[in-house]
Amino acid sequence: MPEQAPVIDTRGLVKWYGANPALRGIDLCVAAGEILVLFGPNGSGKTTLLKILSGRVRPTGGTARVAGRDVGADGNGTRGLIGTLGHGHQLYEALSARENLTFAATMLGVDRPRERISTALVRTGLEAVAEARVRTFSSGMKRRLALAKLMLREPKVILLDEPYAGLDVEATKVLEEYLFASKAAGAAAVLATHNLTKGFAVADRLAILGRGRLVFESRRDETSVEALRDLFALHGEAQETA
Amino acid sequence: MTLVRRALAIARKDLLAEWRDRESFTAMVFFAFLILFLYSFAFGGDQALIRAASSGLLWLALIFTSVLGLARSVQWELENECLDGLLLYPAQREAIYLGKLLGNLAVILLVELVIFPLFAVLYNVDLWSQLPKLLLIALPGTVGLAAVGTLLSSMTAGLRAREAMLPFLLFPLTIPLILAVVRGTEVVLRGEPFDLAVPWLKLMGAFDVVFVTASLLTFEYLVEE
Repeated sequence: MPEQAPVIDTRGLVKWYGANPALRGIDLCVAAGEILVLFGPNGSGKTTLLKILSGRVRPTGGTARVAGRDVGADGNGTRGLIGTLGHGHQLYEALSARENLTFAATMLGVDRPRERISTALVRTGLEAVAEARVRTFSSGMKRRLALAKLMLREPKVILLDEPYAGLDVEATKVLEEYLFASKAAGAAAVLATHNLTKGFAVADRLAILGRGRLVFESRRDETSVEALRDLFALHGEAQETA
Repeated sequence: MTLVRRALAIARKDLLAEWRDRESFTAMVFFAFLILFLYSFAFGGDQALIRAASSGLLWLALIFTSVLGLARSVQWELENECLDGLLLYPAQREAIYLGKLLGNLAVILLVELVIFPLFAVLYNVDLWSQLPKLLLIALPGTVGLAAVGTLLSSMTAGLRAREAMLPFLLFPLTIPLILAVVRGTEVVLRGEPFDLAVPWLKLMGAFDVVFVTASLLTFEYLVEE
């Protein structure tokens, strides 16, 4: 495991939605240059955890720090360090691919936006349809464009929620290349997925969330996909029968 | 400068999307025209009564209509989780509010530019000679309406009953504004000295300052989960 101070550091993180607990005390550290992959059944708290880390949702209790900054207290500062890829593609359908990326580049304060946008379009294979409206895109193309938006800069922290959903083999390769390049540049990444094989392949460390608690955590070389599958099934079942 | 650049980017994005689809604009113009048309029938042939009530009818039509545009502006952000994406940018929340406000303001002003001539024709009002003065009254009235509407539409975005909640909250809050803009318009349409409209202009100015400031201060807390 890398020796650097954690870039992501959560202590006793708790989140309630009304009377329903989503997170019940999460302690988690992710170092620079490390990829943590989160597994867990639906409703286990993966998305909530990522939303708190991104500053989108305030925790009910505990602390979440990103690059030493308290996410709750300095949301704007931490958002500048984070790149996200979520469930929804977060694209405006009436605008073209290039217009969506231009808007994102302005909002992100990207240097040399035209060059970055062109590079991202080429890398995601969308250059030929750059001027077409997103409304005309297939869902796979929309996922690629969302990936292109993530690739507009090199954030210190990358948060990916089900990034493989809707991505074909080629786009998955582009995503993983970006992830490994960011890792090599010292970024910390948290990736939440149901895809055990793909998640295992990119992870430095793995964790399973179950009913808002961290129920398993391990370095990748200390476990296997089969062991994870057994654990995942156990906690998925526990969730369904709870 | 960053705040202004980001606010302008949001407004430009909204207007570009509106220009491409023309969904809000077309619906708003048609709806406002329909309201004015039906009002003109409701008063029968009583020209004196129509003239006396015309400024109130004009602004009621525009306020009802603006709800359509405000709701649509938020609907765009809810599709594909764009609102989440917007809130994840490292942009000050004030920039997001100002950007949405500018976009909404531009659309409502454009609707007014189409509706004013239609109103003049339907209600037989001599608008052309008074148009600069009318615009002077309409501008602060529209700014106030867009300011409150932008805040409330963002606030109710996460509610299932947002279409019902927006007018439910918007109409009572804008009563002072409606009063001022209707009275100011009355002064202009009757050809009375413009000095009589100045107190109403001041009231609208104060309303705009208070609500834009309050919105800038509270927007962050209202859109956070």
